[in-house]
Amino acid sequence: MSATNLHLFVLVVPLLSAFAVNLLGRSSKQWIAPLVLGSLAFSVIGSLVTLARVVAHGTLRYTVGNWQPPFGIELVVDPLSALMMVLIAVVAFLASFSSLKSVEQELPGRESFFFTLYLILIAGLFGLVLTGDAFNLYVLLEITSITTYGLIAMGRGRAALSSFNYIIMGSIGACFYLLGIGYIYILTGTLNMADIARILPTLNAPVATATAIAFVLVGLWIKMAFFPLHSWLPNAYSHAPTGAGTMVAPLMTKVTVYLMVRVIITMYTPALVFPHAWITNSAVWAAALAIVCGSMLALGQKDLRRMLTYIIIAEVGYMVGGIFLANANGLTGSILHIVNDALMTLCLFLVVASIIYRQGTVSMVSMQGIFHRMPFTMAAFTLGAFAMIGVPPTCGFFSKWYLILGGIDAGHWEFVIALVFSSLVNALLFFRVIELAFFGSLGDGQHHEHTASERHEAPWWMLKPLVLTAALLIVVGLSTGPLVNNVIRLMIPIGF
Amino acid sequence: MESIIGEIVAKYNYWIYVVLMMIGFYAMIGKRNLVKKLLGMNIFQTSIILFFVSTGVKKGGAIPIVDKYQALAGGVDAATIVNPLPHVLMLTAIVVGVSVTGVALAVLQRIYKEYGTLEEDEILEKTQR
Repeated sequence: MSATNLHLFVLVVPLLSAFAVNLLGRSSKQWIAPLVLGSLAFSVIGSLVTLARVVAHGTLRYTVGNWQPPFGIELVVDPLSALMMVLIAVVAFLASFSSLKSVEQELPGRESFFFTLYLILIAGLFGLVLTGDAFNLYVLLEITSITTYGLIAMGRGRAALSSFNYIIMGSIGACFYLLGIGYIYILTGTLNMADIARILPTLNAPVATATAIAFVLVGLWIKMAFFPLHSWLPNAYSHAPTGAGTMVAPLMTKVTVYLMVRVIITMYTPALVFPHAWITNSAVWAAALAIVCGSMLALGQKDLRRMLTYIIIAEVGYMVGGIFLANANGLTGSILHIVNDALMTLCLFLVVASIIYRQGTVSMVSMQGIFHRMPFTMAAFTLGAFAMIGVPPTCGFFSKWYLILGGIDAGHWEFVIALVFSSLVNALLFFRVIELAFFGSLGDGQHHEHTASERHEAPWWMLKPLVLTAALLIVVGLSTGPLVNNVIRLMIPIGF
Repeated sequence: MESIIGEIVAKYNYWIYVVLMMIGFYAMIGKRNLVKKLLGMNIFQTSIILFFVSTGVKKGGAIPIVDKYQALAGGVDAATIVNPLPHVLMLTAIVVGVSVTGVALAVLQRIYKEYGTLEEDEILEKTQR
């Protein structure tokens, strides 16, 4: 294993251990936890080393099977994809502790199947951030989607129906993307992203280029549940098994947003996308609408997990809007928010998993007085909530700050207003939950106090990653400066 | 009028794929039976596969199997053979389509076990009860 293709092994190790989990996990359950945690721990270390190398030495390129690009498929690791690799590895590693516990409880006897899909999904996500080939990206997009369909359908009750709706919507999205790639292939005769970026500006076919980008963007917007196309997400994520939700919810939408950044920056080059005022303006308006509507819909939910799924939809609006602000602050804010939002969502979904593990439900009613039963879990929840609202020391504040600055720079006041509005609604949403969780038992009088204050904390396997994630929210928040200067700034195209 | 018909006839392959795509799209959005939705999805995917394959065609193009030594010696005249790359891409896309269909059918089986029907209206009625 030479150090030069370490980034390839970050992908390969989870992929191969997926098959090992399937073979060995059937005979004995004891194999599953070491294989899953071991391979993901390797990915965390490998991706951190890769990030350090990329920051020090610049972009890495790897040609698979020695077929030279643009004919062969190329893996490209630039600072942004290295950052995404670290993010995916860390989130998947932390989530897998909690998933191991909750899958043991919810899907007894099916752990090996669950974790086979789980690891293939993670390998697919790594592939998505590594690939430098537009068609390869479609295939990997479908690998991640198919495994997600399977993971969601493993849930009970309405999960299968939600999964089917996701299959239909997801396939439409993927087909639109494929169609857009078809147009680009006809125009340029190549599928290598760097090659497309080189050839496209030399063509004089504005209508065909615009049509192609429209198909690609709409396809990705369906996959990331951008507001008017979001209908599949709340059901799919709230009916999924808890163990799947903790990993899928933080990663899938965020990686798709990353793909949009990649398509706009690397494949299409900003010079071809951003000068079209009608594209950027309508996307920012749609994003503002997504933020407002996502927040409003979250207000109406009676279940904590469902409420969080609507917040995800609002957060997708933040990131899409930030990119189409078409200035350095907006783009920085969006990329930073991909990282921050993945960690915040992970923190909140880990809380949900812990609570479900103990009491089987996260409906608002059942949350009454839960602070006394699960103090550590709820302390982490409070921290995650602060990050979502955007309270300063936590990471959520900094990306929002960049986004608001970008909105002001671009003169898109509707976006700024939507951001502030959504922060206020988030504050309302989370303080409602915190109030219920902290003071809920007082209303019942003194009779129940004894049972209500009985400590019944989540098991250590779920608590440790949760506390670590909550700490990460502050650590990432405080290290925003180095993160932006050393990694994200490198990705902002020249001329911004 | 003449020119529109001429346009359609000249690029009839694109029109066929647009029509097929719309049929598939209608079935996915408009039909209430879940199996019909899935079939609509398949038609949708097939239309894109046809679109890709038709882009590789050249007038008078031969099968893209060339003699190795001849090609190494004198190169290949790209105009005389059909472009094989779209076909290769579509082989992958077909595999993807088959896998999605397989997963969807398995999920449909679970839905049928759960609700005893594959009509969307009846399922929604049962879930609301």
